[in-house]
Amino acid sequence: MENSITISAQELVKEFHTSRGDIRAVDRISLSVCQGETYGLIGPDGAGKSTTIRVILGLLNRSQGRSSVLGFDSQNRPYQIRERVGYIAQQFGLPSDLTVQENLQFFADIHNVSRTDQLKRIPSLLDFAGLSEYQKRPAGKLSGGMKKKLALACSLVHEPQVLLLDEPTLGVDPISRREFWNMLSNLRAEKGLSIFVATPYMDEAERCNHVGLIYQGRLIASGTPAQIKKKVPGHMLEFTPSAMNACLKLLQPLPGVLEVQTYGTAVHLLVDDAGLRRSQVQAAMAAQSVQWSGMREIQIRMEEAFIYLIRRQEAQNGC
Amino acid sequence: MLASLHRIAALTRKEMAQLWRDTRLLLLILFLPIMLLFLFAYAVTLTVDHLPTAVADQSHDERSRDFIQTLVNSGYFDQTLVLQNEQELVQALDSGQVKAGILIPPNFSEQVSRRNGRALILLDGSDSFTVQSGFNAASALSQKYSYDLQARSVQAGRQTELPIITSSRVLYNPDMNDMVFILPGLVGMLVQNIIVAYASMAIVRERELGIMEQILVTPARPAEMVISKLIPGTIIAMIDMAIVLTLGIFWFGIPMHGSIGLFSILALIFIMAYMGLGLIISTVAKTQRQAQQISVLLLLVGLLLTGFIFPRTSMPVWTQAIGDLIPLTYFVRISRDIISKGLSFEYMWKDALILAVYALVSVTLASLFFKKRLD
Repeated sequence: MENSITISAQELVKEFHTSRGDIRAVDRISLSVCQGETYGLIGPDGAGKSTTIRVILGLLNRSQGRSSVLGFDSQNRPYQIRERVGYIAQQFGLPSDLTVQENLQFFADIHNVSRTDQLKRIPSLLDFAGLSEYQKRPAGKLSGGMKKKLALACSLVHEPQVLLLDEPTLGVDPISRREFWNMLSNLRAEKGLSIFVATPYMDEAERCNHVGLIYQGRLIASGTPAQIKKKVPGHMLEFTPSAMNACLKLLQPLPGVLEVQTYGTAVHLLVDDAGLRRSQVQAAMAAQSVQWSGMREIQIRMEEAFIYLIRRQEAQNGC
Repeated sequence: MLASLHRIAALTRKEMAQLWRDTRLLLLILFLPIMLLFLFAYAVTLTVDHLPTAVADQSHDERSRDFIQTLVNSGYFDQTLVLQNEQELVQALDSGQVKAGILIPPNFSEQVSRRNGRALILLDGSDSFTVQSGFNAASALSQKYSYDLQARSVQAGRQTELPIITSSRVLYNPDMNDMVFILPGLVGMLVQNIIVAYASMAIVRERELGIMEQILVTPARPAEMVISKLIPGTIIAMIDMAIVLTLGIFWFGIPMHGSIGLFSILALIFIMAYMGLGLIISTVAKTQRQAQQISVLLLLVGLLLTGFIFPRTSMPVWTQAIGDLIPLTYFVRISRDIISKGLSFEYMWKDALILAVYALVSVTLASLFFKKRLD
């Protein structure tokens, strides 16, 4: 497999001019996706993920910078891009009164897939998406998870080389989400598809080859999931205190404590040195008669890394 | 090129499937014209008869009674009140008890035999339809009455000069049947409303549901999407027209004097012009509600300013100018020309040309406005 670049953006900027002033939704974003890679654009609501995808696809005009897909410029050659790309919009809608089968046929026809090819591909896509029994059901009557799988099938019917997905699993139950991502990995393995996913779900970021953290329109971190987690300078201690409020109060002023995060009933403590601070924390808690249990060092996960990086960015913005 | 046709076919198939399955829209489009047609035929009357009338007969002789009887027998005037003089008549009209008053001065018979007969008819002018009907009826009846008198006096042996007989003949619609007047315009107006409603709502609804974005990312070109929306709408509109015309001719007995072929072709152009307009509205309106409101506005203007019911010739120039901007105005003329007058193409080529230009411009504009991007 060649390592050609399938999606690229250089210093991409998108500004919206509203009556309340100019908003920079995308602020000098540069990224590149290689063939066969899965790239995750991770960020909270309103960070600019959807806007970035839309500019790359040519659905929105860019304000500055450049972007291209498979070598075709987003602004000047949108139709060439659309012929070769599959896309699921965030507020995606498929014609709800067409049946599952008719939807697939519609998108196949629109992409000029020949009848013979359709006869082969549509049944296998239905199988792949687990929708074979629902062929004749109107799309509007499918459950949320099934609708997303149908959208995925429709976006694949013309055998695109690149797939762009805008929050494809939003609002979908965890089991369907897992199935969805299994489908995506199969696609990558079998067909060498490049996949670009925008998602707010941190655990999905772990499944990507390459991740870009986007916040307020800017890429604040970029790299493999492991690289990003390494950007967090410290170690994570996890334990469960008996009295949360008291515990949090006493943890804050302790030396070497970089961050305190709560996680359900547990505390995730970011410290500079695990060995040193562990005993210090235990002593501090004992002094205040706070019981605790199950203290251990854990791997920093994307979620913690992300929160840390965002807070650091906010602190920088503050000064 | 072939790929383009393929895409148009795919898009059109989708539109037709969606239309077919949207039962509410379908019923609206097919049954509304029929409902409106019957409504206009039976509920709306433009001529007013059986006007409640007060009579002040100051002669009380054979001639005066005869005259009054003629007026009452015509069906236009119902004698509901007997009064004494003009003042009382005016009071009765003011109070709204009656819509018309007849005053016959004393010595009517004598004056009539001296060919000097006079009668006064007062009409409630606050209602213009009443005035028109009443006045026309009264003048026509009076003339006929005096002509009859003349004829009678000639027969009775007395020699008189035959007076100049003014007779009026109504061409094209001798019975002054309301439906004949309304139907050609009605055909156009119904189609206008259906098309604009369908075109503007169908597209806006798609945009609201996010379907539009999904289709925008396919290779379909905006012009192709526009064409695929035109086709089902046009088919529906043609069916509607056919239904209304058939009902008009076979149920209401409207005579169709002109060529159906010519009518169909010009109707097609008319439909295109409105589809284009409807599509432009749909790209401009941001919600379905807005689209509906604009459609209603068009309906109102169509009702008032296009010559469908109210004659354009009596309108001030600036209102006529507004009416000139709407395709329905031209089609009402064409429709009447063909259906009621049976004219051939050479009489209407100017209007037809304007419609064709309108259709071309509106469809082109619709394609241009139809954004292939989201902003």
